[in-house]
Amino acid sequence: MDFQLTDEHRMVQAAVREFATREILPRAADLDQTGAFPADLIRRAAALGLMGMIVPEEYGGAGMDAISYVIAQEELARASAGLQTIITVNNSLVCDPLVRFGTDEQKRRYLPRLCSGASLGCYCLTEPAAGSDAMALQTTARRDGDHWVLRGTKVFVTNGVEADVCIVYARTGPEPGGRGLSAFIVEKSFPGIAVGKVEKKLGITCSSTAEIVLDDCRVPADNLLGEVGMGGRIALSTLDGGRLGIAAQAVGIARAALEEATAYAATRRQFGRPIGEFQAIQFALADMATRIEAARLLLYRAAYLRQRGVRHTREASMAKLFASETAMWAAHRAVQIFGGYGYVRGYPVERYFRDAKITEIYEGTSEIQRLVIARHLVQAT
Amino acid sequence: MGADVWVLVEHSQGSPKRISLELLTCGRDLARATGGRLVAVVPGAGVQPVARAVASRGADVVYAADHPLLEPYTTDGYTTVLADAVREEEPAVLLVGSTAQGRDLAPRLAARLEAGIVTDCTSVAVQDGALVATRPMYTRKAIATVRVDGGGLRIAVVLPAMYPVAPPAERAAEVRPWPVRLEAAAIRTQVQEIRALSRDTVPLVEADVVVSGGRGLRGPENFALLDELARALGGAVGSSRPPVDSGWVPHDYEIGQTGKTVSPQVYIACGISGAPQHLAGMSGSKYIIAINKDPNAPIFQVADLGVVGDLFEIVPKLSQAVRAAKASP
Amino acid sequence: MHIVVCVKQVPDTEAPIRIRPDGTGIEESGLSFVMNYYDEHATEAGLRLREQFGGTVTLVSVGPERAREALRTGLAMGADEAILVTDPQLDRADPVGVARVLAAVIRTLPYDVVLCGKISTDDNAGIVGPALAEYLGVPQATAVARLEVDAAGSRALVHREVEGGVEVLSVPLPAVLTVERSLNEPRYPSLPGIMKAKRTPIRTLTLAEVGLAAPAPRAVLARLESPPARRAGRIVQGDADDAVREIVRFLREQARVL
Repeated sequence: MDFQLTDEHRMVQAAVREFATREILPRAADLDQTGAFPADLIRRAAALGLMGMIVPEEYGGAGMDAISYVIAQEELARASAGLQTIITVNNSLVCDPLVRFGTDEQKRRYLPRLCSGASLGCYCLTEPAAGSDAMALQTTARRDGDHWVLRGTKVFVTNGVEADVCIVYARTGPEPGGRGLSAFIVEKSFPGIAVGKVEKKLGITCSSTAEIVLDDCRVPADNLLGEVGMGGRIALSTLDGGRLGIAAQAVGIARAALEEATAYAATRRQFGRPIGEFQAIQFALADMATRIEAARLLLYRAAYLRQRGVRHTREASMAKLFASETAMWAAHRAVQIFGGYGYVRGYPVERYFRDAKITEIYEGTSEIQRLVIARHLVQAT
Repeated sequence: MGADVWVLVEHSQGSPKRISLELLTCGRDLARATGGRLVAVVPGAGVQPVARAVASRGADVVYAADHPLLEPYTTDGYTTVLADAVREEEPAVLLVGSTAQGRDLAPRLAARLEAGIVTDCTSVAVQDGALVATRPMYTRKAIATVRVDGGGLRIAVVLPAMYPVAPPAERAAEVRPWPVRLEAAAIRTQVQEIRALSRDTVPLVEADVVVSGGRGLRGPENFALLDELARALGGAVGSSRPPVDSGWVPHDYEIGQTGKTVSPQVYIACGISGAPQHLAGMSGSKYIIAINKDPNAPIFQVADLGVVGDLFEIVPKLSQAVRAAKASP
Repeated sequence: MHIVVCVKQVPDTEAPIRIRPDGTGIEESGLSFVMNYYDEHATEAGLRLREQFGGTVTLVSVGPERAREALRTGLAMGADEAILVTDPQLDRADPVGVARVLAAVIRTLPYDVVLCGKISTDDNAGIVGPALAEYLGVPQATAVARLEVDAAGSRALVHREVEGGVEVLSVPLPAVLTVERSLNEPRYPSLPGIMKAKRTPIRTLTLAEVGLAAPAPRAVLARLESPPARRAGRIVQGDADDAVREIVRFLREQARVL
């Protein structure tokens, strides 16, 4: 057993931390307030290789392992959870299924541009009536000559506004659950796809969340990802990776909350001394630090299993569950330590509080994660 | 080997620079400890006025190394002349100011002469025959005491404002011409021009009062407020890193880890939060006054006087009050 | 064009420094080390020259084993090769001694330009660059804030920041240039760069392999101590006129500049 990061991991951490601290952090509050899509920062991130971290070098990616990936995501989220959302979706939910299930031709066509920032990806799974019960989705795809025709409405699509490459799940057969589903690579330029309602959100405001409407959208047959009926399998295995990205996001938010609270506790004086000298504050900081470390270790282990090709659905769920609840809790504690200053704009902790909440919801709510974990326990007995 | 202490005199427009007069104060003490003479060395072209000026500042003798090729300063020209002079006279110590010129020259000279060298000195002494200097390290998070033992020349490059300017002496020292042997071919670099940056205030590192602005200034136009205060106080204007990075002020304004180190009598920090990198460049100031609207700004932890308030209101009123105070002492 | 960049690994300037109780140095355990900030600018300058003229960028460092990581950072930025001189006998080398080692290595390489940081952020000495130029017997320009090399690659036109102005200097190559931070904005190591750096071997040399005997340092650290702590003084809050009165009184009575 070896708890050391490798040289490569440390370099990734240092490089991404420096980029995040110097380029993203000074703009994080502004991105949050305006909710504007940070196109320039995404371009810079792409130039560093952050948009296709796990994509092999031959397809224009950085060719890195899953641990490097979660390390980078934590650093990005610590600076701006909103910006990291944009990046993690492109990596985990779009590039990753293309790498795993795409044909060589599909990889050559889509991965280089998704890695270079020329394209941005989004992931269209959730529907108005299929949230936690994603396999009950109702969007249909019917074969028409050398095309598929997709019809339905997708909601809560991260990057939905700016993305031009969409991974879309649709029902292709009567089989129940995932076996009746297939995945498609749909370009926004195809006829019949449009952006619908754009949501206003509590947090992660600079990433767009939109409805995607498929009105007899014609998709070339070559753009079927994997095989017909493989949709459920692709969706679930993609979510394992996606959950690592969200767990890393949660660890990043929690760490940011701890760092701010620690710095504040050292400088804020009440009753004649820094509040960090009071045990009530010290204990809160100690608990935050401990939970964050535990969340990170769960995350690293799940990433380790993923890069070794070992099934890690349970571990990914545990990491996502624990990290997201840690983020929410740590942000809550940080606001409390800041008192009135924590409740107002100007200090970043209220942003962490708003950003943290989504980590308990998307890519499987905490309840779903518990179900996944429990199912593995029951199966094991 | 001799026991003399040499001071390399830097000058501009016919006058010695302040740092050189400070070095004469430092050198006087060293010469007392070594039992040698305090020698001021003035390289340049047409250096008689400078040589006469330093002759009355406590030196025992002044060497005027006058040669057309020594103006302007070049690494090769100065290194050649000083190396020859040192080989001939074998002084024990050479003091050089920590300036663009001194930092360029001293290490090269040290390598040529196999001399011991210590830079960035905040104090220099001679103890038991060794040169002992103190210097900040690790972004001023530590103070090192460095010994330079052994024979031969020891070079100390001393920071500005560490010693008071040498007072005028009753007796002027003898000014001796130093015979310069220098061929044009020995100078490989060519100074094409020296562009003066116009500043109507005193140079930053020499100023007794430094008024400095940070991110809290909000924009380049507001540095005019600091200019006004600096003029009223006869000081200079500097900045922390964010205004430089944002392009509000030129790079040579920057005080801190990646900029200049200043040690004025008073440092007035306006809208500067006080990051460690900034403190590295100014925490050697005698007195620090901080004006910041954030009561939790770390700058207040090093300030002798901290004012929590709006600099846009306070600084103009302060300039006015300073002018009034100067008008009616 | 063959470009050599000298690189030093230093403690992260943001990290707190713990001084050993006996004052012989700093506690290195738990400290994070990075490439000296100014050396990043030197590396960037080297990469830009290579982009302009073609050729190679070779990094050279003198330091302990851990300095390898700083070289990897430079390789990840895009340098072609890296050499580390590491030897227990070098632990006590002073900057002049380090320059001597660097010169011994660089003499064996083809070079048109040698780039160094203006200073390193640990000891702030600024000695290595000029001393290295002397040992190599080539001209130097220190604190370079702007750099242009002529089309033939035979001369560099540099701007140096001097007190109250800018010196424009023409330097024949080969030369040693030490760089100021305003020279450029260093690129971040890219992730594909990190992968490439991982595959690039770092050549490691001992002092004997460089052909030098153990250094005899002239400047020796006698003691390291914490700076005298500055104590927070008085805090004034309230109305601007009161504040101005307080400051004027302070300037007159304590600082005595009025």
